[in-house]
Amino acid sequence: MRRFSDDVGEFVETIALGTAPVTAMPLGRAQRGFCGRIDTIQAAESGAGLPAAELESRLIEIGFVEGARVEILHEGAFGRDPIAVRVNGATIALRRREAMAIHVRTLDHES
Amino acid sequence: MTVAAGAGEWHFALVGTPNSGKTALFNALTGGRQKVANYPGVTVERKSGLFATPSGHSVHVIDLPGTYSLRARSPDEEVTRDAVLGRLSGEALPDMLVCVADATNLRVAFRLVLELKRVGRPLLLVLNMIDIARRRGMEFDLDRLSAELGVPVVTSIAVRRGGTDELIRRMDEMLEASGARSGESTWRPPTGTELRTAQREADRIIRAAVKMPGRPDTVTGRVDTVLLHPVAGLVILLAILFVMFQAVFTWAKPVMDLISAGFDMLGALAQETLPSGLVQSFVQNGIISGVGSVIVFLPQILILFLFILLLEDLGYMARAAFLMDRIMGSAGLHGRAFIPLLSSFACAIPGIMATRVIDNRRDRLTTILVAPLMTCSARIPVYTLIISAFIPSTYLWGWVSLQGLVMFGLYGAGIASALIVSFVAKRLFWRDHAAEPFMLELPDYKLPQLKGVAIGLFTRGKIFLHRAGTTIFAMMVLIWFLASFPGAPEGASEPAINYSLAAIIGRFLEPVLTPIGFNWQINVALVPGMAAREVAVAALGTVYSIEGGKEAASQIGQTLAANWSLATALALLAWYVFAPQCASTLAVIKRETGSWRWMWVTFAYMLGLAYFAAFVTYRTAVALGAG
Repeated sequence: MRRFSDDVGEFVETIALGTAPVTAMPLGRAQRGFCGRIDTIQAAESGAGLPAAELESRLIEIGFVEGARVEILHEGAFGRDPIAVRVNGATIALRRREAMAIHVRTLDHES
Repeated sequence: MTVAAGAGEWHFALVGTPNSGKTALFNALTGGRQKVANYPGVTVERKSGLFATPSGHSVHVIDLPGTYSLRARSPDEEVTRDAVLGRLSGEALPDMLVCVADATNLRVAFRLVLELKRVGRPLLLVLNMIDIARRRGMEFDLDRLSAELGVPVVTSIAVRRGGTDELIRRMDEMLEASGARSGESTWRPPTGTELRTAQREADRIIRAAVKMPGRPDTVTGRVDTVLLHPVAGLVILLAILFVMFQAVFTWAKPVMDLISAGFDMLGALAQETLPSGLVQSFVQNGIISGVGSVIVFLPQILILFLFILLLEDLGYMARAAFLMDRIMGSAGLHGRAFIPLLSSFACAIPGIMATRVIDNRRDRLTTILVAPLMTCSARIPVYTLIISAFIPSTYLWGWVSLQGLVMFGLYGAGIASALIVSFVAKRLFWRDHAAEPFMLELPDYKLPQLKGVAIGLFTRGKIFLHRAGTTIFAMMVLIWFLASFPGAPEGASEPAINYSLAAIIGRFLEPVLTPIGFNWQINVALVPGMAAREVAVAALGTVYSIEGGKEAASQIGQTLAANWSLATALALLAWYVFAPQCASTLAVIKRETGSWRWMWVTFAYMLGLAYFAAFVTYRTAVALGAG
């Protein structure tokens, strides 16, 4: 599942921020109980599923917008997929695959 | 209701995000005065209704499918977009858009409001479920909200008596000042950047005018810990389905006995009052016993729909989709297909129509293809009849009804075959197709509202009775005719029906159907059973009652038990799990897919499976000594 472009993306983000521990990670890789804030919505053009722009639009429409607080509440039984995410007062179910487009930071780094 | 003379009819459209309580508001406004489309499931078909405002304006309101945006990614969202923009043929351009928002979940709703403003129609925002929001400690500065959003804002509690008074009063005011503020539409599909900007603006307005407490709905969270638990959640889902099917059997029994006793009395009355002969036979065997044998299943159908409506209102359906997504995904189905497929347990027609919520065409086609394999309520009469005639009414471990268990098994067979067929279809028709995203809001749990459920049940009951009164009635007349003509020749030694047209058709089909254990009486019943599955029961009744005399009519089951082997009965059950015996379903598939091809594909594969399953069942049963 993990693509080279993901690694590069993460690496670049890390460099750009300068501080190693405050990396943005895809929500699709987070565990149950994860609490964080959305950094960017950016889908990789993978050739599978929806075009990146369309996936981004749908995520925004259902409430995943930069700056929103997210928390993973539940996971499915098989492969911990799909996940139920609390986002600013609503609960959204989605697959980890699509959640890879949601880049998040943990709340620990906020004041 | 009376409407002041001269007042023209106004057209309102209810728009809102999914789970905004739009349908509850629609029910509150229109009450019983609504025309609900023929079929249940999610809000897919257009629902319209009438109400009158205190000042006598007559308002025609339509309840549009829920959507997050006018971008329209699925057929039902297209309906919403086109209705809002006045592009829908046969639909008037709405005089006012009423945007319904769940007051506890304003973010996405406000973004939709900002988008709707661009349409240029008069717009009214309704903060629904305001009671729940206030109970959670939210405070709203309505004037500020209205000023910031640039639209009038009104609160409502759709599920409480008088909860919409304020809303209707405001509508009246806006109508009195009619003609105002209707501008040109500047709407175009928003880009990702525009969506982000709009969402930021919406969030800013919420911060400015709404005080949010740090108190979310803890009940939903706590309940979900159990109901969405990876293991417990699945066990509970299975248990709910199990209880549902047990209930269909046990709760309905007393009412069904009552109905069937009523029709027996009616039949006896007809026999006494009418002179014996052709007319008496037509009224008693054709009409009363024919229609009666179908209507008797009304209680079971209502119980099934009661469960579906309750689970939907409760907010459990989306959870079921969440729990089932991975399992269905492995069979090539989309998690969203769960709701259409569950509706198909009631009837494949609403199920197939509900597939409109699936955005991707290929996912949608797969779901349509397998929806008729879900055990619909029309199979219940056939299953019940055969099960009660051939399966002993005993209890396992003292509480599990064996008959209910067999029924459960038949449902299981339908589900399993649907999963296998979709798995095969996915590989056969679209190998290179990547999975479509699954995104679904899990709404907060709500207690189902008696009124909404009652309206829902009433509609389903009406549709069923309408069918019983038209299609099924016409079929019964046809069967009676086929079974009665031509009459027996002079000095005939066999019963009259053996000389009838029905027997000729049945015997004609014999070479094909004998290998799977069907006798000619079954063959006769299968022919009109093409129109609707439940007709087969009545047809068997007619065939056997005309053959065996008056007593047999009331005791179809006993007659069957005496005439068929267990192997034949089991083969017929297996046949009915798969057989494409429903002309209306095929017609809906043609309509929804827009092609004859998919209709014929469905018909052919189901017929093939039915024959195969019945053949294997019959041969196995015979080999085991049940022949």
